[in-house]
Amino acid sequence: MSVNLSKGQGISLQKSDGATLTAVRMGLGWQAAPRRGLFGKRTREIDLDASAVLFADKQPVDVVFFRHLVSDDGSVKHTGDNLVGGAGQGGDDEAIMVDLQRVPVHIDQIVFTVNSFTGQTFAEVENAFCRLVDETNGQEMARYTLTGGGTYTAQIMAKVHRQGNGWQMTAIGEPANGRTFQDLMPAILPKL
Amino acid sequence: MTAELVRGQNHPLPGTRVEIRVTAGTPLVAGATLNDEQGRMRDAGWIAHPAAPQLPGVEVSRQAAAVHHLAVDPGALPQGVHRVNILLALPAVPGAPADFAGLAAPFLAVTGQDGEQIASYTVTGLSAESAVVALELYLRGDIWKVRAVGQGYADGLAAMLADQGLAEARALAGTINEAVAAGMARSVAPAPDRPTRHAAGGRTGTGQPAGAPSRPTAPSASSAPSAGAQPSAAGTGTGAGGGPIDYRHPRRATPTPQPAAGPTPAASVPPQSAAGPQSGGPQSGGPQGHGQGHGQDTSQPVAGDAPGWSMEERLYNQVWGMFEDLARSVAAYRSAVDFADSRMERELEGVLDDPRARIGPAADAARAEARAKHSALVEQARGVLERDMAQLEAESEVVEPALPPALARWDNPVWQAYEPPTERPMALRVGDLSLSERPELRIPMLVRLPLERGLWIDSGRLRGAEAGLADADELRRLAQLTATALAARIVAVHPANEMTVHVIDPAGSAATSLLPLVESGVLRDPPAAGASGVARTLERLTQRVDLVQMAVRSRATDALPPDLDLADQLLVVHDFPHGFDDRAVNQLRYLADEGPSVGVSLLVVADREEARGYGPVLDPLWRSLLRLTPVPDDHLADPWVGHAWTYEPPLAPSNSQVVPQVLRRVVAARHSS
Repeated sequence: MSVNLSKGQGISLQKSDGATLTAVRMGLGWQAAPRRGLFGKRTREIDLDASAVLFADKQPVDVVFFRHLVSDDGSVKHTGDNLVGGAGQGGDDEAIMVDLQRVPVHIDQIVFTVNSFTGQTFAEVENAFCRLVDETNGQEMARYTLTGGGTYTAQIMAKVHRQGNGWQMTAIGEPANGRTFQDLMPAILPKL
Repeated sequence: MTAELVRGQNHPLPGTRVEIRVTAGTPLVAGATLNDEQGRMRDAGWIAHPAAPQLPGVEVSRQAAAVHHLAVDPGALPQGVHRVNILLALPAVPGAPADFAGLAAPFLAVTGQDGEQIASYTVTGLSAESAVVALELYLRGDIWKVRAVGQGYADGLAAMLADQGLAEARALAGTINEAVAAGMARSVAPAPDRPTRHAAGGRTGTGQPAGAPSRPTAPSASSAPSAGAQPSAAGTGTGAGGGPIDYRHPRRATPTPQPAAGPTPAASVPPQSAAGPQSGGPQSGGPQGHGQGHGQDTSQPVAGDAPGWSMEERLYNQVWGMFEDLARSVAAYRSAVDFADSRMERELEGVLDDPRARIGPAADAARAEARAKHSALVEQARGVLERDMAQLEAESEVVEPALPPALARWDNPVWQAYEPPTERPMALRVGDLSLSERPELRIPMLVRLPLERGLWIDSGRLRGAEAGLADADELRRLAQLTATALAARIVAVHPANEMTVHVIDPAGSAATSLLPLVESGVLRDPPAAGASGVARTLERLTQRVDLVQMAVRSRATDALPPDLDLADQLLVVHDFPHGFDDRAVNQLRYLADEGPSVGVSLLVVADREEARGYGPVLDPLWRSLLRLTPVPDDHLADPWVGHAWTYEPPLAPSNSQVVPQVLRRVVAARHSS
């Protein structure tokens, strides 16, 4: 059963049958700017970008984003940059997959962020969401609605962090401003 | 009609004034340098740049711009000019991007006097570079041609100018940047409504860390050596900067993930999703698959466990998958160990900083705890590494015996049962690669056939630890043996009559190591000796390249002379540049540039030091060849993480007769067909 997360709410990444998760996907979807023909209409495309930053003891070690699609260790993978969005029907337009079993031993937190590369605020973007999916069976575990998120261009979505032998996810939902994840670093650090 | 050029390709020009239009997503500086027949800048004034935009026959813009119109009039160039290089660079001004990563690929179009577009070139594949030689217009015989070069430089304008042979490159780069900064206010801005990074070709869609975030590029002993390295692998801090937090790894040695510096060109992206019949089971051919985590330790590895249309392709992809898995697993381990080291250092310093606690049992306990935390983390990382290595070793054990000859080591039984193939294989193993964490786990180093670039066996002294072990003569001998082993491999994996080998051994110094080739009769002509032999062989091959190129271009392949050898050609050059005069050197460069597209490959044994007398003329030659070493040496970088891998040449076991035996079978097959 999917949980609609609110800010600061934490959920443990455990399956309903008690087994720990092995692979998760952070999906991001939004509705493309409306198009009314091709000629003469200066449609401003909406480009949201999903990124993941890998931390070891609050020190950033690696990052996965549109210019570095796979973490050096291979455990975190971005499916590729989507520049315009999709149908807004709830499908993922960008996704980051994490093989939790292959995350290097010193990495204790992975923070997911969303940025508006083209500069629209979330108030202008329709049907935007991000969600966390159990990659092994496609089940949605948590969902976060971005639309109506106010005049912000970025959001620090959530983090997955080690808890005992498994992993836990905590929703952060902190609005921020910036074009790429680098701009968000000052806002991320207090959330670790 | 427009010819869309790819890197390395050339196209004839009318010889009259042409205009070169440059379009980029961000303002660029454009310049042009002139070279004489030797590839030298005869005159320090032979450069047109924003501060001095006009030369006879060449004109460039005064400022950085996203759109340029350069003019080149071959007829008006100074006497003796044989080449015009078109240079592009990112301006070194505040706010300008530091490198091409993520920027739109610059596009160049050459148009004639009538406004008709003659050729165009999109400079793709740039990432950490900040300057690029985009095109060269050159005189071949009495025809002017344009070639797509696309040679990038991570060190920027100054490095590129230095490579062009300018002594005061750095000062000139400064002058140009000043002129550009002054003119920046007037520059043409890129189209506003399109974020520039998105036009960067299909790059973002590949699984390759193409525009990997700018990494620290402090030169390190283990990074790619300057000798064979691409300029872009030299690395500087140009890519640094950016966010307020340095998320990059503090101590990583990183040659850029430029495929050219990696073990194979172009083919460096293992096709992960090639269409076609998927073999059952998890796709271990790709990088670590997601969702196959549990139970993977117990699953038995299978040869050919990767996508592909044929077993050969599946094995090829599987080897690349193992290569990537090993690179990434070791990256995880090294990253964890680096982190553990720096954390312990910090904690030990913390103990020292507290004057009250510096001595005494509390301090000892704190130190002990820091060390214990360190070893616990390292141990944990080691455990993961061991698990991955064991899995890859098990995979290697089933894959190696299943490899076809072209991908197998000489000691593989498949070579004992060798028969000349009927088709050319897709790739060739040119050696083994390994990392220091597990030297015995050796990954086949595969390059695609036909060879896209020549091979250079470096017979010079190595910088690495092995340098002291082998003396100069021994290195020379091993380099000759390596060349013979590679030449034999190349002949053997081609159908019997489809690869002709020529050998140049000017002083006869490689005679002993050439014996297997000579005695088996696989060479049609004996090794060419002396300056005249060198000249004759090069002349023949140059003519062949010209003829075939001409025939292909005018679609008249049936008009080729009937006695022309239609087989691919391999030229093995020993002892370069011994016996070479300027003309021969130029012909060799020509073969290196133009040969691969018409089936002529080079295998050069050379000590770069001995060719020093030729100066920078030869730099493009060294860069165009894939450097291999006759003894294990860590000079090759993988395309994902940029580890320095130890390369081992493909020598047959010392008492083995496999090479002569295989060559005899090639000759027998030639006679019987």
